[in-house]
Amino acid sequence: MSALLSLHNIWVEYGDKVVLERVSLEIEAGSFVSIVGPSGAGKSSLLRVILGQEIPTRGSIRLDGTPLPPECGPDRGVVFQRYSVFPHLSVLGNTLFGLECAQAPFTARLFGARRRAARQEAEEMLTAVGLGDSLHLYPAQMSGGMQQRLAIAQALIKRPRILLLDEPFGALDPGIKADMHALITRLWTDYALTIIMVTHDIREAFTLGTRVLTLDKRRHDPHAPHRFGATAVYDLPLTRKARPPVSAAPDESITLDDFGNN
Amino acid sequence: MRWVNRRIGRGNGILLGAVPILLLALVYLVAAAGRHAANPSDKILPLPGAMAEAMASLLFQPDQLSGNLIFWADTLASLQRLGIGLGLSTLSALLVGLLLGVLPPVRATFGPLVTGIAVIPPIALLPILFIAFGLGETSKVMLIFIGIAPFMIRDVAAHITALPREQIVKAQTLGASSWQVMLRVALPQAMPRLIQAVRLSLGPAWVFLISAEAIASDIGLGYRIFLVRRYLSMDIILPYVAWIALLAIAIDLMLSWSSRRLFPWAHGADH
Repeated sequence: MSALLSLHNIWVEYGDKVVLERVSLEIEAGSFVSIVGPSGAGKSSLLRVILGQEIPTRGSIRLDGTPLPPECGPDRGVVFQRYSVFPHLSVLGNTLFGLECAQAPFTARLFGARRRAARQEAEEMLTAVGLGDSLHLYPAQMSGGMQQRLAIAQALIKRPRILLLDEPFGALDPGIKADMHALITRLWTDYALTIIMVTHDIREAFTLGTRVLTLDKRRHDPHAPHRFGATAVYDLPLTRKARPPVSAAPDESITLDDFGNN
Repeated sequence: MRWVNRRIGRGNGILLGAVPILLLALVYLVAAAGRHAANPSDKILPLPGAMAEAMASLLFQPDQLSGNLIFWADTLASLQRLGIGLGLSTLSALLVGLLLGVLPPVRATFGPLVTGIAVIPPIALLPILFIAFGLGETSKVMLIFIGIAPFMIRDVAAHITALPREQIVKAQTLGASSWQVMLRVALPQAMPRLIQAVRLSLGPAWVFLISAEAIASDIGLGYRIFLVRRYLSMDIILPYVAWIALLAIAIDLMLSWSSRRLFPWAHGADH
């Protein structure tokens, strides 16, 4: 099986309300899958199922051919629209967190040489997302765009097999959104990521993705609208010749530096 | 300009805040002077001079029986009881609140018990405490503990339960175990709330302290107030009450200062 992630006949039901029905997907390594669809079509439910936050009522999910355990793990990173970073940790602390959890099971803190090594790795990752100069800020002192950059760095430092993005740029203003698009495209290329992104913005879905999935209900019962769930009604592979080259300073950016100073 | 939009500067704030206090003092003085004009040996509203005189003997002259400076011995005894009670409550609120807040099985098991204990009026338990722990220090500390710990536990647990689900999920995607979520995500974010809970519990803690001292004690601020009540010694009761208020304010300010100092991220953007 060549697919990195395969979903087979996934159903998600809450009581007698069916949210997702018969979702079967194969996601290739290195693809950038955008998921769009109307509100309430189960986009976020699908993402939560892949993340392991929610257990599907029926069906199976396999990552590299092995069934996924029904809880979140470090093989799947995530960036939510909000609350993705820890407010009590500085930028550096937020990024170190993943390394500390892996290397110090009991104290969840690193000291001495191991801390210095982890710190260097974290600083490299933060520089890559454009936060190299803000190591000691707290999330409350940063703009929404910077917080999302931090959330991405925090997730990527664990080198997840799949990066899940749940409307990551939905709360950002257009200029910063453009910067973030350039950033995520560059990271996707540089780190050979597999990304699944849920978004409301159809233009964003088509600009960034190599494949666009649309979730919606195939059938509708006017007397019991909740009895039919959504499934992938369109599955559009966007054939590109190659991954697009990333311009260092995108035209939409209003700032002069590489990453924008949002 | 509408009153809702009026901003009060720091200096004006102090000035405005002092006005009602000074007015109250003035009203008291006028009333006390009036009563003393009618009856020079009035005990109900003593004049400041009489209070100072009565307090001076408690402050500076050793008690003939015990050799203590009574005022300071009372203060020390009360603060010690309050401190131990508050300390135990804070510690258990942190430990139990953390477990209840983070681990759903623990919450399901012990949540109802904590709620049940929290709704019992603590004073109703005082006889049980006296029977179980005797009339000594233990029962007084236990009354404070039983009075405020359940509230603090529930407050901390509720705060942790209300942490955004996204944070807990994110921590797990970064490889955190239950223990690591507790230690690195829940515990630090519970700390400012814990201090807040201590501040809110200070009032009840004083109530339970004074009650316990009033009922069975031989030293302490509450004991002294209830003792001199027999002689209508308002000249001692009023300064003692003022002193308790000052102590309470000082502890509260100290807690709020340390929260701002230790957890700047929890207090707005200006770190």
